[in-house]
Amino acid sequence: MTQAGTADNPLRVAIIGAGPAGFYAAEALLKRKELVVEVDMFDKLPTPYGLVRAGVAPDHLKIKSVTKVFEKVADRPNFRFFGNVELGKDLSVADLRRYYHQIVYTTGAQTDRYLNIPGGDLPGSHAATEFVAWYNGHPEYRDFEFDLTQEHVAVVGIGNVAVDVCRILCRTQEELMETDIAEHAMEALRHSKVKTVTMLGRRGPAQAAFTAPEAKELGEMADCDLIIYPEEAELDPLSQQALAEADRGTVRTVELIQQYARREPAGKSRQLIIRFLVSPTELFAGEDGRVSSMRMVKNELYATEYGTMRPRATDQHEEIPAGLVFRSIGYTGVPLPDVPFNEKWGVILNEEGRVIDPDTGSHRAGEYTAGWIKRGATGVIGTNKPDSVETVDKMMADLAKGILLQPDKPSAEAAAAFIADCQPQYVTFEDWRKLDELELARGAECGRPRLKFARVEEMLAVLGK
Amino acid sequence: MKVNTILSTRRGEVITINPDKTLRDVVLLLAQYRIGALVVVDGDGSLQGIISERDVIRAAAVHADLFALKVHEVMTRNVVVGVPQDDVWVVAHTMTERRFRHVPIVDAGKLIGIISIGDIMKAQRDAYQGELDTLEMQLLSDA
Repeated sequence: MTQAGTADNPLRVAIIGAGPAGFYAAEALLKRKELVVEVDMFDKLPTPYGLVRAGVAPDHLKIKSVTKVFEKVADRPNFRFFGNVELGKDLSVADLRRYYHQIVYTTGAQTDRYLNIPGGDLPGSHAATEFVAWYNGHPEYRDFEFDLTQEHVAVVGIGNVAVDVCRILCRTQEELMETDIAEHAMEALRHSKVKTVTMLGRRGPAQAAFTAPEAKELGEMADCDLIIYPEEAELDPLSQQALAEADRGTVRTVELIQQYARREPAGKSRQLIIRFLVSPTELFAGEDGRVSSMRMVKNELYATEYGTMRPRATDQHEEIPAGLVFRSIGYTGVPLPDVPFNEKWGVILNEEGRVIDPDTGSHRAGEYTAGWIKRGATGVIGTNKPDSVETVDKMMADLAKGILLQPDKPSAEAAAAFIADCQPQYVTFEDWRKLDELELARGAECGRPRLKFARVEEMLAVLGK
Repeated sequence: MKVNTILSTRRGEVITINPDKTLRDVVLLLAQYRIGALVVVDGDGSLQGIISERDVIRAAAVHADLFALKVHEVMTRNVVVGVPQDDVWVVAHTMTERRFRHVPIVDAGKLIGIISIGDIMKAQRDAYQGELDTLEMQLLSDA
């Protein structure tokens, strides 16, 4: 047989995970002119786009427009989508090796790290990422329950996810109407009794992870006052020094934080309180066994020998009421069955995208990774593009050297028949387009940009599967 | 971005050399692995210093018998080390200001990697490229 990559013998690639990294990898592969490539993309959900659908905040619709780029990739003739097909459940890595020359794992990062303090796992203390997946209509989180009858919420962390969660908790129904938030979440938030949301940052305003536009968004919500304590908005001498050399973005964020700290509350229904230089040390349960308050410690900053500002606990403590706690310490990856994994960093063991076998230290031929499961949860959606391109470059270099899997059935028809056998209810990209249109139409009926299906059974039912 | 983002897509091995080896050994290793610096560790694996191309050039300028010199005679002893949780941009800033090009990364007392200025350039390029791409797409979208 001829070398893989020709019209007679197309290079067959399986991509596991239909998020941005998967689509950017597919794009980089399919636009190679010198090569005939067939891409089959799998996702455990019937719907594509990963965190663009299930992670990006529902009130940030513009960010989701990247799906138009992904749709163009899906329009290419040699691209197929197999949704509702899960690696490790419906099929295995060994199965994939029989049908594909190369496999790319782009499963991303799904969960939050654990909050390692006493009481951290009390009822009422959740991973922020679970709440995000829930309000975004991710089917696996559809039936999670969050007690929004509580008046006081604490969000541990000050990164993107924390900021999104705070906004969603503090938005009015009118504001939420403009979003594609899942209907069950909209309904639960309609009855929300939340009065204060306290967001806790370990470090100071000069090290805040959010950008000035994100801070501005928090300060301009319809019925929520943003509160920052003036004493916490002040910079310590070390941070002042660091700010003198900081980029414009950081300077603007600090200015904005200090401006908000000087502002008088307007007496709106809710308060979002951003606290700096505090870390939770313990969660306490109320009589019902659920979390009711949080103890935290004030931090001070110190500089390491080359200037990283790290927080360290002082002996000042404080307790705040918190009937609902979200920990937002950062997304981390989940291992895939039979794929080498670095537990500590939550990534697949790899060298520039080539999967490494921990026993031999050498590359696992034909297996690759890209995106957050390759490098960890960092960067914006577009950062996955150069990352996926790097991986595809390695795939092409290996192909040129003849390093690839040796499938006994490298044919699109054989693969499709096998997949249909493993999971008869697989979802194609055409099916997804139908779902997409239905969601948009359902949204239009009630004046919303989109009304998502949040249960797999519901999606399969409307597709007649 | 944290240092461990860069190390995540690397092999865990770091090319090291013993302080009693010679500069000939150093240049051979640098050439073999196509790298710019070696981390100097003693028999117990504890960090003694770092020896870079620059150290070799400086030594060459004053010693005719360059290749016979021992690593410990030439290496930089005061090594600035990082940890996986360090912010890449802060490390980059320090490298630029203090004019060195390699930072060994230590986790719980164990040497787990080395970050070079080239790694930082690549990380920075990819981060900017990604942000630019995302912003462009949002500007052009009609959503």
